[in-house]
Amino acid sequence: MKNKQYSLGSKILTVIFAILSVVWILPIVEVLINSFKSNDYVNTDAFALPNADSFVGFANYVKGVTFGNYPFVKALGYSLIITILSVALILLFTSMTAWYIARVNSLFAKIFYYLCLFSMIVPFQMVMFTLTFTASQLKLNTPYTIPVIYLGFGAGMAIFMFVGFVKGLPLEIEEAVAIDGGGPVCTFFMVVLPMLKPTLISVGILEIMWVLNDYLLPYLVLDRTKYMTIPILVQYLKGSYGSVDLGATMAVIMLSIIPIIIVYIFCQKHIIKGVAAGAVKG
Amino acid sequence: MKKKKKTNDGTSVNSWLVRRPIQRWFPLFILPTFICFMIGFVWPFIQGIYLSFCNFNIPKDAKWVGLSNYAKAFSDSGFGHAFWNTAAFAVVSIVLINVIAFFIAYLLTQKILGANLFRTVFFMPNLIGGVVLGYIWSMIFDAILKNYNTYLTSNATYGFWGLVILVAWQQIGYMMIIYIAGLQAVPGDMLEAAKIDGATNAQTLFRVIIPNVMSSITICTFLTLTNSFKLFDQNLALTGGAPSVMLNGGKVNMTELLALNIYSTYNINRNYHGVAQAKAVVFFLLVAVLAIAQLTATRSKEVQQ
Repeated sequence: MKNKQYSLGSKILTVIFAILSVVWILPIVEVLINSFKSNDYVNTDAFALPNADSFVGFANYVKGVTFGNYPFVKALGYSLIITILSVALILLFTSMTAWYIARVNSLFAKIFYYLCLFSMIVPFQMVMFTLTFTASQLKLNTPYTIPVIYLGFGAGMAIFMFVGFVKGLPLEIEEAVAIDGGGPVCTFFMVVLPMLKPTLISVGILEIMWVLNDYLLPYLVLDRTKYMTIPILVQYLKGSYGSVDLGATMAVIMLSIIPIIIVYIFCQKHIIKGVAAGAVKG
Repeated sequence: MKKKKKTNDGTSVNSWLVRRPIQRWFPLFILPTFICFMIGFVWPFIQGIYLSFCNFNIPKDAKWVGLSNYAKAFSDSGFGHAFWNTAAFAVVSIVLINVIAFFIAYLLTQKILGANLFRTVFFMPNLIGGVVLGYIWSMIFDAILKNYNTYLTSNATYGFWGLVILVAWQQIGYMMIIYIAGLQAVPGDMLEAAKIDGATNAQTLFRVIIPNVMSSITICTFLTLTNSFKLFDQNLALTGGAPSVMLNGGKVNMTELLALNIYSTYNINRNYHGVAQAKAVVFFLLVAVLAIAQLTATRSKEVQQ
């Protein structure tokens, strides 16, 4: 019954897309294959499947987690700390600020809003050197304090998206709460924030994708002798190109990709919706 | 759009009931974000403009040198090369990414078995960081080129097209999502009317669908344009600018884009800090002008249709 809906043309398209999808994930499969081969074989024939000679089991993974004098788990931990703290901070404070801007509409709020829009077209290279100095002066160079910088530099886009959404919310609800004696803090956390949920998810996903994969900002700002994130660790391993163990590096890359792919498989609907919503607003 | 904004502003001004109490909570609602915004954006931006006119190692020892940093930036053949490289890269990737992404989105919005699965697969590369992507692809390109007894960083052409392939692989999925959202919003009765009137598939595509998804096209060209100009991580991880040649007495990294050129200029030595900052200001102006010009150009086209 159900098959009748699909015409012959669409069945052919399904086959074509199936082949294209396989091609699309080949680079990742390639990393996976090579993460099970010893270094020499990655160098000589990267496309071959592991065979009796080249297969090393999980040796690369064992080596990878302690590779390059910097444990993988530590970098993963710092990546997670920075991402979770930064995104939580951004979501909480920019949504509050956006509500203030949308509702108060004072001169200060307007200027701040236009500054936020302006910050969206400024490339990071413009501020990166000076930001590094400011960050080290203010001791914002640790994984626990760097979220302040992410809030500052990432505020523009988040505020823009939240303001757009808040302006579409009916004012009557907030007025009703005010008449019933609810203060602004109560109104915001009990009434406005729950209504912002779809935008919170959208902004949250975009910010997670940014912070988690960001290389340059933490590289420049963090004290690198103590703190590395996953992208910094990968670049650090690549830096010693030639002398580096390619098999073990592929294992490290695989370890950094696997959690992301697992999360993606479970949340793909939210992620794709979030990106689409974010782009339409942007 | 403008009118709607005005009426909304009007209600918020009149609603004293809501406005006044919020204003009293100024320190909680706006101050933390504002202070961080000052630290993370406004102050570095202002200091950046100032330092582009200085010779400095750290901001404390800055010495005013006027426009000489800008003169050095413009006479640097590496910077000029990076500009043309970036422009060429932007044109190629905007066309390639948008055409393919639109085409895939168009086909996936037809009745196709497994369309959701394919959509999920095509979007996946976006979740992986630029540095990791660069490393993955440099391994793959080197493995392919090995068969021809050469390697990725031996020739600027390989590096350029390698970066195009990498970025296309990464961004096609993202733009596809935006195009799918746009295509799904095309009114169904319009398509039906076209069908009844006997329009061919091509006619429906060019006369009905494309005019209706102009806003998605605006967003996607804008995103691919700014993405290509700001591209850094992938460039650094794939080739790092290699190979380099001597040209007009200066070292030119052949596959370097603007953002990477600024970064590597800063790292030459302390005398180049000011030059790098001057380049960054030029870069900012360029990105800002492009973004504004592109937005106004496509917006006006939207209205006509």
